[in-house]
Amino acid sequence: MLILHCPNCGQNVDETDLHSGGEAHLKRFGPGSSDQEFEDYLFMRENPKGVHFERWHHSFGCGKWFLAARCTNTLEVFGTYSAQTLEPPKEIIDRIIARRPDWVKGAKT
Amino acid sequence: MKRYSAFAIAREAFRQHKGWDRAWRSPEPKKKYDVIIVGAGGHGLATAYFLGKNFGITNVAVIEKGWLGGGNTGRNTTIIRSNYLQDPSAAIYEKARSLYETMSQDLNYNVMFSPRGVLMLAQTEHEVRGYKRTAHANSLQGVTTEWVGPKKVKEICPIMNIEGPRYPVLGGLWQARGGTARHDAVAWGYARACSDMGMDIIQQCEVTGVVTSGGKVTGVNTTKGDIGCDKLGMVVAGHASVLAAKAGFQLPIESVPLQALVSEPIKPCMDIVVMANTVHGYMSQSDKGEMVIGGGTDGHNAYTQRGSFHHIEETVRALVETFPMIANLKMLRQWGGIVDVTGDRSPILSKTPVEGIFVNCGWGTGGFKAIPGSGWAMAELMAKGASPLTEEFNMFRFRQGKFIDESVAAGVAH
Repeated sequence: MLILHCPNCGQNVDETDLHSGGEAHLKRFGPGSSDQEFEDYLFMRENPKGVHFERWHHSFGCGKWFLAARCTNTLEVFGTYSAQTLEPPKEIIDRIIARRPDWVKGAKT
Repeated sequence: MKRYSAFAIAREAFRQHKGWDRAWRSPEPKKKYDVIIVGAGGHGLATAYFLGKNFGITNVAVIEKGWLGGGNTGRNTTIIRSNYLQDPSAAIYEKARSLYETMSQDLNYNVMFSPRGVLMLAQTEHEVRGYKRTAHANSLQGVTTEWVGPKKVKEICPIMNIEGPRYPVLGGLWQARGGTARHDAVAWGYARACSDMGMDIIQQCEVTGVVTSGGKVTGVNTTKGDIGCDKLGMVVAGHASVLAAKAGFQLPIESVPLQALVSEPIKPCMDIVVMANTVHGYMSQSDKGEMVIGGGTDGHNAYTQRGSFHHIEETVRALVETFPMIANLKMLRQWGGIVDVTGDRSPILSKTPVEGIFVNCGWGTGGFKAIPGSGWAMAELMAKGASPLTEEFNMFRFRQGKFIDESVAAGVAH
């Protein structure tokens, strides 16, 4: 079972207490944006086979959102971090590169 | 190709079965083809088959990273139905269902199509209203389905407990002409027919890059060398996003594991397919006697082909109430496949931003039933540039807001 550390309440949480919120760091677009920007925001997803940044909701716990870096191919978890960030923090990126030297941000495999 | 027949079996019985040909050839790739299909699953092979059969295009290669039919084609619960709410869905799924009826004769390959009937249970008032609406929509679409009450449900499937208490059966949507087929045989039958038309099926050959020139596709790089083509069909289900990225575009798709499991074989006890969408479970009995059970998808992206165990637990826990007799069954095997889910839970059969590349993906949790219809429509799209069956399934519908919203109608069990 997938276990993620909730940075909000400090608990190691089983998957069954969590709800996945999909890809993280999406740039929001609203009224006044082009159709393509709106489509990108609502529907287009990186969906990588590899390192994925994603949102998680600690539904049956503290009830707060956090973000995680996880490999969709091996299910390895690189770390979790606050949802109040616009991009992954350096320590998470460093940890990913330590484990995946070839990884390029935005690449799918 | 030597035809399979009762006579052939008798003939071979007299010579120790030494006269059977290989069902399909395994050639080395040529330098160039008119059409390359990536993905030798049901949808890819059906596309190639109908390109040859309906349009006479036989200079075709079907390239497969693993082995033929080893992805979702060999991992699903083999359910075939066409009781969809929206017109474009009903059209393509009904086309597929009707092609399944004659597939064994068409391919001279027994796909064991068994139109035993599919019953979708209504276990909440909301579902009752939803399925009655679907039954009305189906009668307008020319798809034969009917709403049946709890008494009839019990008659059709006596092993079911309709009393609840947690999930009482309030009725169901009955499609008598739905059923199951042998999933591997569908891939094998198409592969044999494609090979017979002169097409090359190249297994264990991974596409590592897509070559374009001036916005138009000219070929692919593979682990068996570079292969040229005029048109490229991407039919790779769960890996659609990965392959599209190699061609430089993005798809509105997320890949998640979907699981299924089978029990030990038992005596015949259920001669229909039952789907229970409220509890995310569906069940049928295979010819060997195993109870074949499908569950819901994982909530998060993954490419692992196994899925989270608690989904199995949820599915089985709920099914045990509706089918108390399975409570003591032992489960033999459990597995997962990676399904490609779109924003509106409907597939994508479409041209792409790159000229000459066509994509067939997004079948999500319900691709097996659509294989022949999908291949038929995709072949027309690739040969003629347009098909009435694929028009509304184009990938640009998300930008235009023209969704084919089956997520409400079909729920998870697809």
